[in-house]
Amino acid sequence: MTTTAVVKRRRLMPRWRDYGRPRELIVRYLLLLFVLGITVGPLLWQLLSSLKGAGEDVFGAGASLFPQDPSLRAYRQVFDQVPVWTYIRNSFFVAVISITSQLVFSTMAGYMLSKPAWKGRKLVWVLLMASMMFPFESIMVSLFLSIRDLGLVDNLVGVWLPGFVAAINVLIMRAAFLAVPREIEDAAMLDGAGEWKRFRYLYLPSAYGAILVVTINTFISAWDDFLWPLIVLRSEEHFTLTLGLARLSSSSFGYDQRMVMAGSVISVIPVLILFVITQRWFYRGVSSGAVKL
Amino acid sequence: MAVRPLRTLDKAPAPTSPGAGAPRPGASPSPHPPGPLRRALRSVTPGPAPDAGGAALYRKWWLPWLWMAPAVVGVTVFGVWPFLNTLILSFTDAKPLGGAAGFVGLDNYTRMFGDSDFWLATRNSLLYAVIVVPLMVLLPLMLAVLVEKNLPGIGFFRSAFYTPVLASSVVVGLSWQWLLSDQGLVNTWLQKGHLIKEAIPFLSDSWLILLSAMGLTIWKGLGWYMIFYLAALGNVPKELHEAAAVDGAGSIRRFWHITMPGVRTSMMLVGTLTGIGSLRIFTEIYMLGGSTGGPGGADRTLPFYIRDVGLDPLTGNAGYGAAVSVALFALTLGLTLLAQRLTKEDEA
Repeated sequence: MTTTAVVKRRRLMPRWRDYGRPRELIVRYLLLLFVLGITVGPLLWQLLSSLKGAGEDVFGAGASLFPQDPSLRAYRQVFDQVPVWTYIRNSFFVAVISITSQLVFSTMAGYMLSKPAWKGRKLVWVLLMASMMFPFESIMVSLFLSIRDLGLVDNLVGVWLPGFVAAINVLIMRAAFLAVPREIEDAAMLDGAGEWKRFRYLYLPSAYGAILVVTINTFISAWDDFLWPLIVLRSEEHFTLTLGLARLSSSSFGYDQRMVMAGSVISVIPVLILFVITQRWFYRGVSSGAVKL
Repeated sequence: MAVRPLRTLDKAPAPTSPGAGAPRPGASPSPHPPGPLRRALRSVTPGPAPDAGGAALYRKWWLPWLWMAPAVVGVTVFGVWPFLNTLILSFTDAKPLGGAAGFVGLDNYTRMFGDSDFWLATRNSLLYAVIVVPLMVLLPLMLAVLVEKNLPGIGFFRSAFYTPVLASSVVVGLSWQWLLSDQGLVNTWLQKGHLIKEAIPFLSDSWLILLSAMGLTIWKGLGWYMIFYLAALGNVPKELHEAAAVDGAGSIRRFWHITMPGVRTSMMLVGTLTGIGSLRIFTEIYMLGGSTGGPGGADRTLPFYIRDVGLDPLTGNAGYGAAVSVALFALTLGLTLLAQRLTKEDEA
């Protein structure tokens, strides 16, 4: 009885030498640790510095890597002295309405685009493709003038509006809907399911992966966006988190560096939580053709 | 609504094949495996449905447009029209805060070609692409090879390498700002190690700012393209590696002769994406070089310059900004066409 158990465990748990020669393994792990230091190091240092006590050096020869006197003082301070909650609320507002509009409109459009031959389909296709050709930076002057004409300067709605639906998300949804077999739709139709019912109860549930990808992509790009909010927003009460952080860090304000670091940490937390929950779909989003540098 | 489909179905074209049963020899294989549902359908429908058949037959012509309307309006008004409008604006002297805009002919373009700041911004943007693209094509690929093997804990490393992608450019910009400042970690450590006496002016010398910003871009993009390559690496046959290893090829030679040719298409795509991305750089320069874009604006990229000349509320000239925008678009287009051509030659 015991022997079989041992044998089984051996088979399930590979031993180190199954992974390759020891020398190669050591080199691999050393390289991994080296890259880990480079990629996570700066962010980790930011986190550690934000936890340093009042008497500690953040910079210079006297600064230690780990906080000697860890405290959350900087976090209390940043909430006390800076309207962080306002920034967070604004960022969330833009993110939530962006996700809502992107999801509703890109699923509807992607659905019809996945359907064969209807009049004007080619025209729509051309429009979608064309809109993806122009980098945002090359049309932002014109976009700003449109936002100005709509009276949306210094307004969060103006931050959201130009990106309320994106061609790339329509294409992602279309690809997901195409994977649904036509036969199932025909069967649903014979059972009397109308267009909306088929969309709602057949297509949407079978495309939940793509829906997640669109949600994640939209959230990240809204949350992390900087240039467009910088152009549209003027007054501090409308600032998003990225704008607030950039403003906070400009030395003329003379805030404690620890506070800025604390603010940075706060701004990363929602994305990090989302990443931990839906990691797989983050990776899926990379290969879905989104352009990012 | 529930009855209509059935009635129309009777009008469907007459069967060309004897209906359900064994597939005809030579018939193109169905993309979907035959199942009970399919068989049930076959018994109702008198033959293979035409391409536009099924639900499409019962859709009013305007229905698709109704569903597409928000998206079509969105991409037209905020995607296609702004570009046409940029072209128009570039022949005017429109102001960012409004007021009458007059037609000025080619003035903006003449001004642009004689504007040394414009050429400086163009140089910075192109330099960015020239330096960042090769590194961005190679480094993430090497990283992907490093994390490809399923070693214990590899999931942790993959996630960790991806974290810089998650943080916004502003946050990572802040992080690098402090790392590279005169009192920052990098200078402190180099001084402690007696490698340098004076702090390296990463954030005050215009060349060093530009290089630091490139470093930041690469560092932030590593994880993203690593994941991108990981998917492609799965398609490189394991047998090739094994065979080469048996023949005594080291890991570097295998990387060069097997991995890289195996993911060529992906490398081309990454090159194109990062090239276009390089022309779009703004935040990195803003965070490391300050809101002026380096000392005297020496590190401004094209987007940065467009914002400065076109959108400044007081001194801005949206018309001129639009002309520079057209130049930026032309560069992007040129780069895309070049990449396409290279890809085609590569395939041929």
